[in-house]
Amino acid sequence: MIAAAILVLSLGALVQFFISYSRSLVAAAAAQPLSVETQEVAGISTSARGEDFARLLQLLELCPERPHDRGEIRAVRSYFRLVSALRWSLARLLPSLQPWMEAQRAQCAYFAAVALDRRIAFSRGVLAAQLDNSR
Amino acid sequence: MPGLVDYVLGFLTILLEVGVVVCALSKNSLRRYITINLYMALSAVIGVCRYWVLAHSGLSSPTYFYFYYYSDALLTICLYFALMGLYSIVLEEMKADVFLRLGTILLLGGTAWFSYGVIQQSSNKMLTHFVVELSQNLYFVGLVLTYVLWGATMKLRESRTRVIQLVLSLGIYFSAFAATYALRNLYPQMHAIWGYVPPVLGCLLPLAWAYTFWRMPEDARLAPARLAVVPR
Repeated sequence: MIAAAILVLSLGALVQFFISYSRSLVAAAAAQPLSVETQEVAGISTSARGEDFARLLQLLELCPERPHDRGEIRAVRSYFRLVSALRWSLARLLPSLQPWMEAQRAQCAYFAAVALDRRIAFSRGVLAAQLDNSR
Repeated sequence: MPGLVDYVLGFLTILLEVGVVVCALSKNSLRRYITINLYMALSAVIGVCRYWVLAHSGLSSPTYFYFYYYSDALLTICLYFALMGLYSIVLEEMKADVFLRLGTILLLGGTAWFSYGVIQQSSNKMLTHFVVELSQNLYFVGLVLTYVLWGATMKLRESRTRVIQLVLSLGIYFSAFAATYALRNLYPQMHAIWGYVPPVLGCLLPLAWAYTFWRMPEDARLAPARLAVVPR
């Protein structure tokens, strides 16, 4: 009985902490401006839409990976899926949640654009270092 | 004997724990977050000792079993002190250090006493069952304490990104472990799963903390209202 109660409470807390943690990652990226190049490549300027997320992830996969952004992208991708699932299910019952969920999805897309920006800068740096070494 | 996956996970965890201390050191945050860094250093040392015991006694030996679970309980107690370090950072303007220390010691004593009380009835399984029960309860109390700290962080409108991410990572870690131990108590026959889940979860906390120290500068700020689960 105690173990079952602990299980239920722990799972509830886990979901809540995970959502807040993902939002802290997304919110930290929201303050960062995008370079003009990334804005052109991604087709977004100061704000993004939830629908852009999948396309931005595909663009991210085309760039060489930076080892330390893998974990955060995975966490935000899980958060995006969770919000999308809630939008599909819960927001149909409570339409007032729809704008908030859409804003969350848009923030996730902006986060992906910032990650893309960093990867492009990283690839440039690697390429420049290789050119320097070959001279 | 443990497989390749166990060795890789164990080695990765030790590397990540050392990584947290190195990241904190390189960002001049070692002293400010001293309890977190001490916990990570101790955890890495215990990780190495576990491999030494494993190599000398074997996976199925009682020596390894007791060493694993009692060192786990010891580490969880040390993690309480890391949590208290975070409490004192969040509440540093309120000068509540003495109350925090007293509260932690009382809570630790209470958890051990409660776990002993639950197990007392089944004296034949005393040591083996006690340690699993104690771990489950320690993780759950840790979860409750982290939840209270998170509440205080939101209430006090704490805006330091680094502190927020350290607290949230700890919350994820405690809740995932408390749920795992509770499931293990409910379904002890699922050995195959319980062998892999704790080592995988064990990697998450040092990974998240290393990321936070490395990527989040001390002066980075977040609006706390953006983190509430319920939209405001």
